[in-house]
Formats: sequence, C-alpha cells, structure tokens
Amino acid sequence: MSKIILEIKELKRDFVMGSETVHALRGVSFNVNAGEFVTIMGSSGSGKTTLLNILGCLDKPSIGSYLLDGVDIKKLSRDQLANLRNHKIGFVFQSYNLLPRTTALENVELPLLYDKEVSATERRQRALAALDQVKLADRQDHTPSQLSGGQQQRVAIARALVNEPVMILADEATGNLDSRTSYEIMALMQDLNINKGKTIVFVTHEPDIASFSSRTIMLRDGMIQTDQENKNKRSAKEVLASLPKTADYSTEAK
Amino acid sequence: MSLINLFRIAFKALERNKLRAFLTMLGIIIGVGSVIVMVAIGQGSKQSIHDQLSNMGTNMITVQPASNLNGGVKIAGTSFQTLTIKDIVALKAGAQNITEISQAVTARGQAINGALNWPTQMAGVSPEYLDIRKLSLRDGIAFTPTDVLTSAKVCLIGQTVVDNLFPNGENPMGKVIRFGNIPFQIIGILSPKGFNAFGQDQDDILIAPYTTVQKRILATIYYTNIYASATDEASTDAAVKEITSILRDSHRLTAVQDNDFTVRTQQELIATLSSTSGLLTVLLTVVAGISLVIGGIGIMNIMYVSVTERTKEIGLRMSIGARGKDILMQFLMEAVLISITGGVIGVIFGFLSTQLVTLLLKWPTIISESSVVLSFVVCAVTGIFFGYYPAQKASRLDPIEALRYE
Repeated sequence: MSKIILEIKELKRDFVMGSETVHALRGVSFNVNAGEFVTIMGSSGSGKTTLLNILGCLDKPSIGSYLLDGVDIKKLSRDQLANLRNHKIGFVFQSYNLLPRTTALENVELPLLYDKEVSATERRQRALAALDQVKLADRQDHTPSQLSGGQQQRVAIARALVNEPVMILADEATGNLDSRTSYEIMALMQDLNINKGKTIVFVTHEPDIASFSSRTIMLRDGMIQTDQENKNKRSAKEVLASLPKTADYSTEAK
Repeated sequence: MSLINLFRIAFKALERNKLRAFLTMLGIIIGVGSVIVMVAIGQGSKQSIHDQLSNMGTNMITVQPASNLNGGVKIAGTSFQTLTIKDIVALKAGAQNITEISQAVTARGQAINGALNWPTQMAGVSPEYLDIRKLSLRDGIAFTPTDVLTSAKVCLIGQTVVDNLFPNGENPMGKVIRFGNIPFQIIGILSPKGFNAFGQDQDDILIAPYTTVQKRILATIYYTNIYASATDEASTDAAVKEITSILRDSHRLTAVQDNDFTVRTQQELIATLSSTSGLLTVLLTVVAGISLVIGGIGIMNIMYVSVTERTKEIGLRMSIGARGKDILMQFLMEAVLISITGGVIGVIFGFLSTQLVTLLLKWPTIISESSVVLSFVVCAVTGIFFGYYPAQKASRLDPIEALRYE
C-alpha cells in the first residue's frame, strides 16, 4: 500500500449568509494515495470549489479533519498554511494566472522566491528543470503574451512542479483551452503522473477530461455521490495521435 | 523573503508600469526639488542680507575704558586711561575668535584749508580699522604700517570734510590741509557712508595713523577705544569673553575687581539678522511639508489602485506560498522604491534648477546639505507612511476571493 497523501474525514464546511447557513460540504471522506491521478467532478453548487479551496489549504473545514501529507491543517495559522502551500501543493488554475510582462522562467521561479532556503542559483536551475519537464525550456524568455494558451498553461504547470510538491492541484486546468490543447495538457499530466510519479488532483466538470484519470470522485450537493476507479482509462497521447497532426506539443514530444 | 528578492519584485512591478511609476514619482520629484531650490534661494538671500548687514559691521566689537568710581563720584569711562599697546599685543597674541584689531584715539579739532575751515574729529587708527568698520576708499590709498611706524603726517578724508574744505569741486587728493597746527597730506578719500542709526554723520571724519595722532596731536600713550572683528557673528559672544579675560589679565585685575573696561557688540543688528533668517526657515519648512505630503498622497493613491488592479496577482502569490507579511513587504517596498527614486531624481532636479535660477535670474543661491538630507529622509519616510496602508490592505486579502477577483 502506497503512502496516503490526502486523508479526509467527515469534512463539513458551512457558510453563514445572513440568517441562513449554507452547507457547502456535508460530510465528505476519502483518501488519496501517492501516485494517484484523481479527478473530482460535479455540477455547479455541488461543493466542488469549496472542497478544492480546502484541499488547497486556502480554507479550513468547519467540522472534520484534513490531513495533507500527515499535517492536520486545522491547527495551522495563516502563515503556516502559506508555508504549507509553498512546500506541498502545486496549483494549476483555469486562467493560468501567470504574471503579465514577466518571462516564463521568472514565472516558474515565483514559488521558490517565497522559500528562504532556496538560493538564487538553485532557484534558476530548478525553474529551468521544471520548464524542461513541460518541454518549454526554449521559451524561457518569452512573456505570457508571447505564448499560446496551451503554452501558458504548461508554464503554469512548470510553476506548480518547481517546488516539488506532494500534490498537484488543478482547478479546471483545461477549461479555457480548445479540445486539442486540452488533450495536450492531459497528456502532459498523464506523463507527470505515470513517469514522474506525481500525485494529481484534478477538478473538472468535463467527463471527457475525467476519463484520462485513474479515479473519479463525483460530488453532489456536498456529498460524494460516487468514488470509483477508472477502468477504461484513456491515454491522452493516443487520443492526440488520432487527431490530425498540427499541434506543437505532439511534435515536440517526440 | 530576502531583501534582494523583495527589491527585485518591486522593481519588476514598477518596470511593468514605467509611466505610472514616473508620474507617481513626479509628486515627490517636484516636492524634493522645490524644497532644495527654495532653501537654496532662501539661503542665498539670507547670505546676501547677511552680507549687507555685515557691511554695517555686525561682527564688530568695541572696547572702551569703563566708567568708574573715584571717591564716590562716577567718572565717565572715556576719561580713563587704561588701554595701551600692551593690551593690543596681548589680544593679538591670545585671541582666537578675532580676525582683525585696531587701536583708536580720537581728537577733536579744526580742519583748515587755506581760508576755509571745518570743525571735525580725527581718528588715529591702524590700517586694519578700515576693514573692521567696513570703510572703503573711493580714491587714493590707505596708509601703511610704515606710515604708522614713522608717524607720517598723512590722512584719509571723509566726504563731509571734503565738501566743506573743497567746496568748488577741486580734487583734494595730494592736497595738504591742517588739523590744528599740524599739516596733513590727503592720500585717500573715503566712500560716503551717510548717517548712522543715531543720526551721526559718519563722513565727518579724518583718519590718520594712530601714532601720528598720539604723538603729534594728543601727546598720549593711551587709546580711546579698541576695535576688533570677530570671525563671524556666531563667534561674537565667544570673542567678547575672550577679550574680557585677556584684558583682565593684561590689566592685572584680581578676581574681586570689576572690569576697568567695557566690551560692546552690535547685538541689535545680530538680532535682526537672526529673526529674518528664522522666519525664512519656518516658511520654507511649511512649503516643504506641504509638497511632500501631496507627493505622499499621490503615492498612496497609486498604491491603492495598484493593489486593486493586482488583486488576482496577490491571490496567486498567496496560493503559492506568500505570507501576508511577504505581500505587505512587497507593496511597501514598491512605495519606498517610488519615493526614494523620486527623491534621488528630485535632488538632481533641485540641483539643476538651482543652477538655472542662479544663471538666468542672477539670484544668489546656496544649496545647503541639510536641506538635501532632510528632504530625502522625509520622502523615504513619506513612502513608508503612505505606502503602509495600501500594503496592509493587500496583505489582508482573502486568497480565495483574491483569486476569483476579475
């Protein structure tokens, strides 16, 4: 049995809106082991976003416990949570969230700037290595406006990888991309998962995207509706290969 | 986060908005620049007022024999004979705060040129006297130390005496006039000085070597007065103390004896001078304060805009591990960078404008180091003060909401 990265027990999160209390999560429990590729699905209002915020240590549960890599986040202060995000989580967002007018390399370096133990030279080396993993080493001096959407998202993935997190947390990471580019991103994710052993939690509402993962958790009204292994996991690379060859990632990957 | 990284991040952020950063700086640039220019103009005019007042001899010190009791009757000091060459020698040897010194003896008498005569006074002095009293010659030359040694019968003549002895516009230079019975050759004519504050005609005078007056007219070894110049007004008080102690030594006065002389300064002029410059300083400080506050408000305004505009960036930074403190420091650093860069440019701008004022308007200006240092420090503090509030706002953002901000 591999190491448990996420351990969630009876997680509840309530929001008080005036006189009403909204129960966004009504008791969610699941574990994620190292090396898993989990997608969390659900329609809007299912508690997906709330769960994502808690998984990303941006929010704390009202009731229940969440252990990330053995650390109980409920006991941590704001600063300690920031530190935890810096060391254990790599975020990938729907809208990339790269700093404008800042080169790809500097964008990737960003998380390491907040880590005192990383020197300037090490920071550069690690950022270059991360860019290399997403096959963008030759674009290190390009600013986001000089990159395509898919390339920007790959820079964002490199940024998520650079601090060697225990988990990559993607929030609708393919939501702003066309299907071909989405597949490219998923191929990259699968590559990181299978070949580099990265644990990935991917929040999406597209079943098409979920089919590339090894396990899918379906949320509904703040509860887990289904939680099952993906029996017919598709390979994004193969799907890409079946498409007409125009994309840059598939050619670069060879 | 290390200071270097902070600096780099702040610099990058400003670089992304060069024009805006510059416009924000403009408030500080103008603030600091105007402070420097105004202080320079203020200092310049203070110096020129000061020079004018100095012409009246603000740093002049006069020593007179003191009034004294003689068998219960107060006797006017001037009739006492206490000041001698010994005192001059002692003062020249011992006084640090005095630049020039001259003994003086005065004799009243009738100046005679042929059929014309005029009652006037003759001052017997050393050549330094002209400097001490800020007298200048409009023609001829002053007498020399040699004239003093030889008790030469030469004199400088004041305008009033010229008008009365040479009423028809003849040139008095080189002419010989008599003072009492003694013939004097006129070797120089004093520039007119007009009346002094007490209504005395300062041009009604003849000036001759003190030895001549002592030996040939008065037959005395004593001086009526000693005149001295303090190094500057500031050292006047120190000079007075020094002169007093040297003269007490020289006169062998014991601790219980009163001074047998009085030392006087031009206190009134000095007081006028300091009140003028004091007012100017207050005025300029107020102007400086106002312009820097305005510059600071500019910074605060822009920092607020910047925080709002970059809410999403703040959210991102927080999500990848920036603590509130890191965000606070980042924005504070930006504000300080703006204000300090503005300060540096302002100082340069101030220097250049000051040169321009001197060049084009021919106004006297003096750039004071203290104004440069002060305005620079104030603008750095302004940056921190006005940058803190927006930075704190940024640091307290909720990362979830900041990330979703559009």
